[in-house]
Amino acid sequence: MSATSYTIVNLPDQRTATIPKRNYLNNEDGLLSWLFTGDHKRIAILYLISITFFFFIGGAFAGLIRLELLTPQPDLVASDTYNKFFSMHGIVMIFLFLVPSVPATLGNFLIPIMIGAKDLAFPKVNLLSWYLYWIGGLFTMAALVLGGVDTGWTFTTPLSTHYLNTHVVTAATGVFIIGFSSIFTGLNFIVTLHRMRAPGMTWFRLPLFCWSNYAASILMVLGTPVLAITLVLVALERLVGIGVFDPTKGGDPLLFQHLFWFYSHPAVYIMILPGMGVISEVISTFSRKRVFGYTAVAFSSVAIALFGFFVWAHHMFIMGVSNYSALVFSLLTMLVAVPSAIKIFNWAFTLQKGSITFETPMLYAFGFLGLFTIGGMTGVFLGALGMDIHLTETYFIVAHFHFVMVGGMLMAFLAGIHFWWPKMTGRMYPESLSKLAAVTTFIGFNLTFLPQFILGYLGMPRRYHAYPPEFQVLNVLSTAGATVLGVGYMLPLLYLGWSLKYGAIAGNNPWQATGLEWQIQSPPLTENFIETPVVDHEAYDYEWLEHKTAQEVTTVG
Amino acid sequence: MDNAIVATRPHTHETAVAAEHEHVALPQHRHHFETKEQQREAATFGMWLFLLTEIMFFGGLFFAYLLYRNWYHDAFVVSSNQLSIPLGAANTAILISSGFFMALAVWAAEVQKKSLLVIFLVLTTVFGVAFLGIKAVEYHEKWEKHHIPGNHFDVSEFINPPVNPKTGKLTEKPLAPDMAQKTQVFFFLYFAMTGMHAFHMILGIGLLFWLTWRANRGEFSAGYVAPIENFGLYWHFVDIVWLFLFPLLYLINRHPGY
Ligand code: HEM
Ligand SMILES: [Cu+2]
Repeated sequence: MSATSYTIVNLPDQRTATIPKRNYLNNEDGLLSWLFTGDHKRIAILYLISITFFFFIGGAFAGLIRLELLTPQPDLVASDTYNKFFSMHGIVMIFLFLVPSVPATLGNFLIPIMIGAKDLAFPKVNLLSWYLYWIGGLFTMAALVLGGVDTGWTFTTPLSTHYLNTHVVTAATGVFIIGFSSIFTGLNFIVTLHRMRAPGMTWFRLPLFCWSNYAASILMVLGTPVLAITLVLVALERLVGIGVFDPTKGGDPLLFQHLFWFYSHPAVYIMILPGMGVISEVISTFSRKRVFGYTAVAFSSVAIALFGFFVWAHHMFIMGVSNYSALVFSLLTMLVAVPSAIKIFNWAFTLQKGSITFETPMLYAFGFLGLFTIGGMTGVFLGALGMDIHLTETYFIVAHFHFVMVGGMLMAFLAGIHFWWPKMTGRMYPESLSKLAAVTTFIGFNLTFLPQFILGYLGMPRRYHAYPPEFQVLNVLSTAGATVLGVGYMLPLLYLGWSLKYGAIAGNNPWQATGLEWQIQSPPLTENFIETPVVDHEAYDYEWLEHKTAQEVTTVG
Repeated sequence: MDNAIVATRPHTHETAVAAEHEHVALPQHRHHFETKEQQREAATFGMWLFLLTEIMFFGGLFFAYLLYRNWYHDAFVVSSNQLSIPLGAANTAILISSGFFMALAVWAAEVQKKSLLVIFLVLTTVFGVAFLGIKAVEYHEKWEKHHIPGNHFDVSEFINPPVNPKTGKLTEKPLAPDMAQKTQVFFFLYFAMTGMHAFHMILGIGLLFWLTWRANRGEFSAGYVAPIENFGLYWHFVDIVWLFLFPLLYLINRHPGY
């Protein structure tokens, strides 16, 4: 099979190619047709725009943080302003960017198409989620405009309920509402995957992207309500002083920790699993092989989701859980690493012996593999009890979670956006610029966050706006890296926008990929499929594709 | 082989319009479902999942209850004695009746009896409202006794319990001041859990009005019963939550006098 030669970008003839006359983008006109749409693809685009907007707001705060940390003196802003900066950065990035990123955009666009359905099961609920996302987003922004929050994204009590006089309730309301947006998205995906698959699309023929979003949806549906109730309690405690978390009234702040981390640890997987799905698709396509150990990769997603619920207390090692339970949670934490490792190994085996091409999505995917592996391994360090006590609340943690979430998820998100851009818009992006952006991001990322591992190891605590002068060199490096990284993120915004008008016509299947989404026109019709497809092959069956293409050529020619 | 993926077939505007047209012809059948059956199954499955999220939502509170009950056992014992068993029991009976009428309403929809459906929906509503009325009486009593958590909460009664005029003995075991503080946690949980439950009932009653109106117009009398069935699931869920709340808050730890 590897002997067959093919050009991967098989662009249509530029003189004759056009965007299909009728597609989901031009099916109806006018802003209202977008704001009231039930089409999962249009909702995905609405999300993409919204999420990008919030990403750059969160990014602006990251920039301010790094600017303050350029010098050891607290010279840019006062400490309470700095606290507001990192709180807003965290809240926006986590709840308004990372959690919805891949599911709400790519998942929304692709899941129905990948399984041969016309839409998600509940189109109106889908639109409602988008509105909830914005209402929640506006609350969060209101908290910012009114004067900010400084609790960090974790809303930790009693800090948030008693000691801080900032707009905690407004921000918590925002996050509460966004939570419902993500519950509804997850619910919609689960029902759709169970009930709307086309004939022949069995569970084990599903693209791995669907599996990983399925697993993430389980987490959204089961975890988010616990966050929601926790935030209700925080708000009540603050507003009327009910005393659930207040020791002077009989409550206990530890309860908050349990409830919060019961959501927030699984939330890490809500953020990373869909990205892993993207990586599976990209790696398979650009090495032209079925993902090695398909079933293991599929099940590992579900395993990650389920194990994810049993490890929350590793965030509480220094908060007074008993030694015995700390030990148990430490061991359980190590266990979660296993399914992640299964994925990494299976991707490696897929690459081995594949005929690999380095298109832009593949570059991002390699970025993901490198950065996520480092992030994951440092996570195992942190899961080890003794290490954790030395490293918690230092920059080591900051570096660790940025490697996993920014290095992992953001790379995956960009891989996915580039990979499916031709399908979503019907146009290609400029090749060399996009490769440049991928490389810039990778370099910028490492320059930003590798120094933070060292800083943390040397003992620089997080959440301070000043530090001893001996840490300055590493901080300057980190800020320089952040600048490079910023450029790396701006570039796609510019050239993808450009490509909307000037990009080459993509054709149906520029990557010669096997998924159902590549067998329909780009951009797709509103109803995706004229007639429901019947699926008779496994996911990533490239021989089937070659066969099919050959047949088409003979019948057409 | 070629028709494995029919979607790649070239299509014309006409075929698409024809396809759309066909779907519109079926009443209540949304275009993206293949069959009515599929639509109904999806709706039911969605409802079950939604109820699962509700379980997790209440679960946070139940978790808090279990934790605190273990820590502050004595305070919880004394506080639960403050709740009225007759009122709680009456409410339980009323809610079960309401659930029973809801089950009958689902049945009436399935056998397509419009007037019965409307009657049962109205009865469900009436009993639901009665439940809330009793809850209001209970809340009012707590207000008068200063048992609403917050700045007006009064623990003195738990530190110096009143004497029972008949027996001449204390009505309750006196609590040490710091343990007496913990009664506030009990009452907070009482209000949070029953309040959350009542909130679900209020939403449910709102929906009942809407469903009754639609039922009265005959929308559910021709084989389209998913909204009634799914609302039924929701209403039963609300019943079941109460069936946990009643023993946990009112009955466990209860003891006759001191
Ligand atoms: C997708 C992008 C990003 C995400 C999701 C993200 C997420 C987060 C989160 C959750 C926090 C913790 C806030 C808290 O503890 O309250 C944080 C802190 C921070 N982030 Fe980011 N971040 C992103 C990008 C960046 C970038 C590009 C930079 C730097 C160039 C950066 C620098 C920082 C710094 C310096 C902190 C402060 C840590 C502290 O003071 O303890 N982040 N980020
Ligand atoms: Cu964790």
